[in-house]
Amino acid sequence: MTTPYVSIENLNVTFTGGARPVKAVNGVDLRVNRSEVVALIGESGSGKSVTLRSVLRLHNERRTIMTGSIRVGEQDVLKLSAGALADFRGKTAAMIFQEPLLALDPVYSVGAQIVESIRRHENVTHADAHKRALELFERVRIPSPERRLDAYPHEMSGGMRQRAMIALALACKPQLLLADEPTTALDATVQIQVLLLLRELQREFGLSVIFVTHDIGAAVEVADRIAVMYAGRIVEEGPVATLLRAPRHPYTLALLRSRAHGAMEKVDGKRPQLETISGAPPDLSLPQTGCAFAPRCTLANDACKLTQPEANTITAGHSARCLRLDATA
Amino acid sequence: MSTQPLLQIKGLTKHFPLKKNLFGRGDVVRAVDQIDFDVLPGETLGVVGESGCGKSTTARLLMQLINPTAGEVIFDGALVGGRDLPLKEFRRQVQMVFQDSYASLNPRLTIEDSIAFGPQVHGVSKQESLARAHDLLERVGLAPARFAARYTHELSGGQRQRVNIARALALQPRVVILDEAVSALDKSVEAQVLNLLLDLKDAFNLTYVFISHDLNVVRYISDRVMVMYLGQVVEIGAADALFDNPAHPYTRALLSSIPAMDPEHRTEKAAISGDPPNPINPPSGCRFHTRCPVAQAICAQRAPVLGSPHSAHPVSCLIYEPESGYQAEVKSEVTA
Amino acid sequence: MTTSTSYLTATQSPAQPLERSPGYWQSVLKRLLKDKVALGAGCVIAILFFMAIFGPYIVPADPYQASILGRLKAIGSPGFPLGSDELGRDMLSRLIIGSRLSLFIGLTPVMFAFVIGTVIGLLAGYAGGLTNSAIMRTIDVFYAFPSVLLAIALSGALGAGIFNSLISLTIVFIPPIARVAESVTTQVRMRDYVESARATGANAFTIVRVHVLGNVLGPIFVYATSLIAVSMILASGLSFLGLGVKPPEPEWGLMLNTLRTAIYTQPWVAALPGAMIFITSIAFNMLSDSLRAAMDNKR
Repeated sequence: MTTPYVSIENLNVTFTGGARPVKAVNGVDLRVNRSEVVALIGESGSGKSVTLRSVLRLHNERRTIMTGSIRVGEQDVLKLSAGALADFRGKTAAMIFQEPLLALDPVYSVGAQIVESIRRHENVTHADAHKRALELFERVRIPSPERRLDAYPHEMSGGMRQRAMIALALACKPQLLLADEPTTALDATVQIQVLLLLRELQREFGLSVIFVTHDIGAAVEVADRIAVMYAGRIVEEGPVATLLRAPRHPYTLALLRSRAHGAMEKVDGKRPQLETISGAPPDLSLPQTGCAFAPRCTLANDACKLTQPEANTITAGHSARCLRLDATA
Repeated sequence: MSTQPLLQIKGLTKHFPLKKNLFGRGDVVRAVDQIDFDVLPGETLGVVGESGCGKSTTARLLMQLINPTAGEVIFDGALVGGRDLPLKEFRRQVQMVFQDSYASLNPRLTIEDSIAFGPQVHGVSKQESLARAHDLLERVGLAPARFAARYTHELSGGQRQRVNIARALALQPRVVILDEAVSALDKSVEAQVLNLLLDLKDAFNLTYVFISHDLNVVRYISDRVMVMYLGQVVEIGAADALFDNPAHPYTRALLSSIPAMDPEHRTEKAAISGDPPNPINPPSGCRFHTRCPVAQAICAQRAPVLGSPHSAHPVSCLIYEPESGYQAEVKSEVTA
Repeated sequence: MTTSTSYLTATQSPAQPLERSPGYWQSVLKRLLKDKVALGAGCVIAILFFMAIFGPYIVPADPYQASILGRLKAIGSPGFPLGSDELGRDMLSRLIIGSRLSLFIGLTPVMFAFVIGTVIGLLAGYAGGLTNSAIMRTIDVFYAFPSVLLAIALSGALGAGIFNSLISLTIVFIPPIARVAESVTTQVRMRDYVESARATGANAFTIVRVHVLGNVLGPIFVYATSLIAVSMILASGLSFLGLGVKPPEPEWGLMLNTLRTAIYTQPWVAALPGAMIFITSIAFNMLSDSLRAAMDNKR
C-alpha cells in the first residue's frame, strides 16, 4: 500500500472567539494519495471548509485550537514555523476559493498577482515569470491571454475569474490543490467547463485534490473518492461509485434520497414528496454524546445515543461511522 | 385554450441606462427585451436561465417594483395599473419571496410584526393581522408560541425562509413569485421547504412562478418551464417534455451541463464555451448565435420570433421557422 | 380542493404566552452597561448634569461676587479652593455655574440638528434621483465651509448672544448629520425587506416609519453624539471671540478668553476652564464610541 501524500489524523479544530467554544472539527481522519481527487461533501456546519482551511492553517491562530496532525509529504503542517508555512503555501499546496472577486486583490492586475506569487517562491526574473503566467493563462483556456493578463479582476466575467484563480493557484506547481466550493457561485454552463478543466489539469499535473462542495453532482464529476461530513466528523468515505450506488451511512442515504434528482417519477400524475431529514444539525458549541446524527436518524437505538461510533470498514476503501450498518446493507 | 391565463405578459421590456457621456447618449443594459408569456391559473411556471438572462428583472417587473420601459402586464384580464386594477390592489394579488432570507426581514421587527405588516397596510386591524400571522406561522411549520415574538437573527436560514413564505401569504395572494427562494439553503432544508411550498400551493390554490438556476429542482416542481437567454424568452414547454426533448440549442446546451451523476460516464465535453455575454451590447440577429453550435450566417442577420405563447411549445429559433433562410438539411441533424 | 376567497381560519389569540426575546435597544443597553469605559464616561456626564441642574444650590460662593484684593489667587488658597479669576470671583463656583450654559449651548444645537438633519437626510435618501441631488448638493454648499468659520460668519451676521449662537451652531451641524442620514437611508432603502414592503403596496410614509426609521436612527444617533463635544468647543470658541455669551455670565469658553492674560501669573487657574471643556468632550466621545460598539452586533 502506497503511503498517502496527504494524511490528516485525528484533526480537532475548536474556535474560541465567541461566547462558547465551538468544536467545528471533531476527530477527522483523511488520506489522499498522489494524483487522487477526494471530494469532501457536507452541508453548512459540517466542518468541511474548516477542515480544508486547516491544511493551509488559514484560521486565526489566536482564536483557534488545532490538535492532531496534518502531514503533507514529509511535513506536518501544524508544526511548521511561520517561515516554513509561508513557503508551504503556494509552493506545496494552493487553494482556490468560491468567490474569486473576494479572493483576488482588486487593485492589482491578475497577471501581476501571478507574477508576484511565482517570484515569491522561485528565483526567476520578472520577464520569465510573466512568460509563465501567459502559459498558465493559455493552459486554463482564457481567450486572448496576453490582453487578459493586464486585466483587473472586476473586468473579467465570473468564469474567467475562476480560471484566473486556478492559474494563480497552479503558478508555483503545487502538488496539492485545495478547492473550497469553486463552482458553487457559477452558472451551470460555466460550472461544467470549470469542472472539466480541473479534471484535465489534475490529470496532467498529477495533482492531489481535496474538493469541498455541497453539490453531489459536481463531486461525482471530478472525484475518485467521496468523504461525507456531518457535525465535524467524516461519517462515510469510499470510492465515488460505491458511495453513489451503495451508501451505508443513514445520513448519506438520506442526503441522496432528498434530492429532486431522484423524485421525478410521477405517481398518479403528480411528483412524490421529497424525502426529508427531520430536525436540524446539532449546535457544535455544546458537547455531544454518542453519534451526532442519532437525533435525526430513523435507525438510531439507545447505543447510538451513548457511544460515538468508530469507523467500520465495509469493504476496502469504504468505511462508515455507524452502529447500525446491519440495517443499511 | 379554454383557461384564461392568470397573468399575461406582453412585450415587456426594461432597459437600464448607463452613465451618459457628455452628449447624452450612453450605453443601455437591455436587461429584458420584448418578452411575451402567460402564467396559467394553478400552475407552477419555472423560469431558468443564467446570469444576465433577465429572470430576476422579469420578476421585479411582474411585481411592479421597477417600472417597465415598455410592455404591459395583464392580471386576470385587467391591465395592471389601469382603471380596473389599481396598483395597490394588484399588489395584494401577487407577492414575492426573495433569495436572501436574512435581508428580506426587517431586523428591528418581531416575526409576527413582519408578517402582519402587509395586511395592516390594506386596512386589516392590528389584532386580526397578528392573528393571521400566527395562523400562517403554524401553517409553515413554525410554532407561534416559540417564534412569533422572536427576531430574525435568532432563526436559521430555513426557518427564515418559512417566515418569508408566511409573509408572502399574509395578503392572500393568488400568485407567488419565488426568486431563487431555495437556492441559498442547504440541500436537506431545501427539500423541506420545497415540500412545504407544494403543500401550500394545494391548500391555498396558488399559482407559482419559480425562478431558479437549479435545473433539477425546477424540473421537479414545475408544470411548465420557460428558458431565458440575454433578456429574451427562447423556449417554453411542459417540464418533462422540455427536459426530455429540448428544442432550442441553448436549452440543449444548458441541460447538458447538468452534472452526469454517473462516475462511469462522466461529462466529457462542455456543450458551449465561454461565459454568458453581457446584456449591454447583445449580438445582432439571434442573440445566441455567437455561442450556438449550429448557427448559420442567417442567424446573425435575422432575429427569430417566439411562437405564440398560446401554442404548446413555443421556441425562438430560426431552425423552427419555415421561410427563415435557415438551411433545412442541417435541421435534421439538430432534431435527431 | 375548493377555491376559497379567504383561506385563513378564524381569528383567535394564541392560547399560550409567547416566548419573547429582548428587543434591540434592550440588548444595546445591556451591552453598554457591561462596558466599563461607557460606565465611567456616563458617571462623568452624570456629575456634569448634576452640577448644571443643582448648581445654584451647591456653589460655595457667589460666582458673581468680585473682589479686587482677591484677584488671581492660586488653587488651594483659603476661601478659594480652585483659585479666583481676574476679577476675584471664586473659580469653583464659576466653573459649576458655567456648566449650565456650556452644556446647554453644547447639547441644544446638536439635538435640533439631529431632528432637522435626519428629516432632510431621510427625505433625500428615500426619494433618490433628482430630489436627492437637489437636496444634497445644497447641503454640500454649507458643508464646504469649515465649521468654525461658518459658525463665526453666521454669528456675526445674526449678532452676538446666546440665542443667535444656538441658531448658528444648529445650522453648522445640520449638513453633516443630513449627510450621514442620507447615506444610511440610501443603504437601507435598497434592502430586500424594504422592497418587499413596497411590494405590499404600502405608501412611502408608512415604509419610512415602520421599516426605515428604526434601522437608520441608530447610526445617525451615534454620529450626532460624537458632535456634542465639537459643539461645546465651538460654543466656547464663539464665546471666546465675544460672539456668544456676554460677561459676567460664567461660561467656560468665555472664561478661557478672559483668563488669557493670567497664563503668566496663574497658569493652573487659567487652564481650568479648558480642562472642563476637555473632560466633557472626552466623556461624550467615549460614550458615543461605546454606543457604536454596543450597536455594532448583528442584532
